[in-house]
Amino acid sequence: MEKHSAALDAAESDETQLITVTFRIRRFNPEEHPDPVWVDYQLTMDPKERVLDALNKIKWEQDGTLTYRRSCAHGICGSDAMRINGRNRLACKTLIKDVNPEKPITIEAIKGLTVLKDLIVDMDPFFQAYKDVMPFLITKGNEPTRERLQSAEDRERFDDTTKCILCAACTSSCPVFWNDGQYFGPAAIVNAHRFIFDSRDEGAEQRLEILNDREGVWRCRTTFNCSEACPRGIEVTKAIQEVKRALVTRRF
Amino acid sequence: MQIHQYDTVIVGAGGAGMRAAIESTQRSRTAVLTKLYPTRSHTGAAQGGMCAALANVEEDNWEWHTFDTVKGGDYLVDQDAAEIMCKEAIDAVLDLEKMGLPFSRTEQGRIDQRRFGGHSRNHGEAPVRRSCYAADRTGHMILQTLFQNCVKHGVEFFNEFYVLDLLINEGKTAGVVAYELATGEIHVFQAKSVVFASGGTGKFFKVSSNAHTLTGDGQALVYRRGLPLEDMEFFQFHPTGIWRMGILLTEGARGEGGILRNKDGERFMERYAPVMKDLASRDVCSRAIYTEIREGRGCGPDGDHVYLDLTHLPPEQLDAKLPDITEFARTYLGIEPYTDPIPIQPTAHYAMGGIPTNVEGEVLRNNTDIVPGLYAAGEVACVSVHGANRLGTNSLLDINVFGKRAGIAAADYAQTVDFTELPENPAEKVQALVDGLRESTGTESVAQIRKELQETMDANAMVYRTGATLKQAVEDIAALRARYKNVSIQDKGFRYNTDLLEAVELGNLLDLAEVLAVSALAREESRGGHYREDFPTRDDVKFMQHTMAYQEVAADGTTSIRLDYKPVVTTRYQPMERKY
Repeated sequence: MEKHSAALDAAESDETQLITVTFRIRRFNPEEHPDPVWVDYQLTMDPKERVLDALNKIKWEQDGTLTYRRSCAHGICGSDAMRINGRNRLACKTLIKDVNPEKPITIEAIKGLTVLKDLIVDMDPFFQAYKDVMPFLITKGNEPTRERLQSAEDRERFDDTTKCILCAACTSSCPVFWNDGQYFGPAAIVNAHRFIFDSRDEGAEQRLEILNDREGVWRCRTTFNCSEACPRGIEVTKAIQEVKRALVTRRF
Repeated sequence: MQIHQYDTVIVGAGGAGMRAAIESTQRSRTAVLTKLYPTRSHTGAAQGGMCAALANVEEDNWEWHTFDTVKGGDYLVDQDAAEIMCKEAIDAVLDLEKMGLPFSRTEQGRIDQRRFGGHSRNHGEAPVRRSCYAADRTGHMILQTLFQNCVKHGVEFFNEFYVLDLLINEGKTAGVVAYELATGEIHVFQAKSVVFASGGTGKFFKVSSNAHTLTGDGQALVYRRGLPLEDMEFFQFHPTGIWRMGILLTEGARGEGGILRNKDGERFMERYAPVMKDLASRDVCSRAIYTEIREGRGCGPDGDHVYLDLTHLPPEQLDAKLPDITEFARTYLGIEPYTDPIPIQPTAHYAMGGIPTNVEGEVLRNNTDIVPGLYAAGEVACVSVHGANRLGTNSLLDINVFGKRAGIAAADYAQTVDFTELPENPAEKVQALVDGLRESTGTESVAQIRKELQETMDANAMVYRTGATLKQAVEDIAALRARYKNVSIQDKGFRYNTDLLEAVELGNLLDLAEVLAVSALAREESRGGHYREDFPTRDDVKFMQHTMAYQEVAADGTTSIRLDYKPVVTTRYQPMERKY
């Protein structure tokens, strides 16, 4: 092979400098105590490991009562959104070295949804908002025998918002949502956008009316928290702006 | 304890479960019980595509697809089932498109198609463009689209409900027993028909592409009710997992032109598969990778991996066609796939075996008879369309074709029968299980036993196997099962007790690992994903048949495994030597 880059050499290196890290986790179990409490855990970890690896290590080796959701462990299922050092991230997509392990790494549940135990929140209101925007293809019939045709450009138009994994990192980073649980929130709008700008869909008017509601897109104050929080790199704020523009111009 | 009544209960909400639910909800009162929120299911991690002979970009037909599937499965495929799957593939893709799935498109606006491992033109002449895809997140799009359509049809989900037992009364399906994660409460669901669609069991291996949640729950509880498990020794190791982590990098990367290279930079697959090269079937590629490593041509300081090289592909192509996997390489390895080759190794990926069913999704209780009202579809099931080695993309196809079939069949059956009476104390077994774990004062740890299980499986039951390594695995698993009886948990609560459920899941993994190892030890031949160094050739005289493993319980409660065999259904294709 050609000469390796330093990055590849580092990735293949066997020499790992294990470090001692403190995880400061906001624990809450109403079966035990009505109030949340911060608990510190010390671990010896490879800094290239994931924050989820650290949570697993705590649960498996120190404290089996630590409770969180996880599944795929590589950023595609959306189970493990949490606040890590005050910012919403997926624990399985966040490497320890990237969240300043010299200091205690704080971990708490995402905000704006009721905490049920430790890092687990009630996701039902989040999914209700999603369902309320009619997140499915709406057509008026005229079904072709084969596939509906769609140009590559038309397909590209809504590509960004198809990436959503419904992890709630965006919605639970939104200050408007924190203060007003009725607000649809960015994720629901992203999923409306995914259909409004799909050339095959004929339900845009209905969805726009839903989002024209006082708890709809107009509550967005363009703070960009959602775009920063999205682990899939979706330009969430831009999508919301496009829905707003579509409401004004009725063009999509 | 709560008791519910539904015509149809579906266990699992991945691709197969939701595809079934869309059908059964429109025909019968249906509940979907899922241990995860539906969109967390591992269907979402599938990347490369779903094959169907649409012939949108070049000549193709379903018969070629059937041949490839049978050959890919090393002739252990039931050919009637494979033919159904490959014929119905076309409608399955079109159904998804009509449901809204945003497939990548051709210049003409049709569904685009790309090459994939083992899929060929005219019985092996050359690779063919057959895989319908949406960038490298086809599974994500399928899962989202099916969930969207479940919302549209008002499918009733019970999220974070763990099904822990199957109820059968006088040979007929009576329902299931579930544990509600939020409260610790036990629920009995009486049902006329039950569809298992609970996914795979890849977490008994250490290096695995599987989610933490893939612990073979459906297989294990059906097996403990005395029903057989088919072909569990056939487990697929995907050639390109991220080194050490096992995270999947799609075969679509090679479909787009990616190349496997050893430490000398050699495109070594040319030696193993002169025609299909890097697009040979997965078992062939995984063995080739390990052969390179064993013969000293592996990469890195320990020579324990090889490279997936995408550096010759234009960055625009990687961005458009493989955005997620290139991001995985950046996130988890810190390398730039535009310019760096990606360190990879085979990763435990897919169970070809599972709960035996016929083509309607009906579960078999022996080689010929079904359990009335019981269905299975997807990775949990074994139809068998994958035989000894599944072709890439055929899992997404399987869940759509047989998920739909099982959903229709289950709902139709429910229309024709009354409820089967629940057995006495229906929740007794589950109550004893969870109480036992909660109250246990044992000294063994779940995490430690699971770690040792994964270590012995990786060392002894992976790509290369021998009688000696498999005996070692059987021995190790037996010891771990004994220690498991003495396991205890720290969380004694009722609210979101994931500690308890991890213990339950480990029990499932242990039972299924034992079935895998015992079935593999008895199969003294090499076929597809099962390679025995001590029996390196395929033996069609003795072993062209499916393994059927049954749990036998002795009077004193000890269990053992009884193996039986079931003939393979052969229609068009007689076994031939398998070359790529």
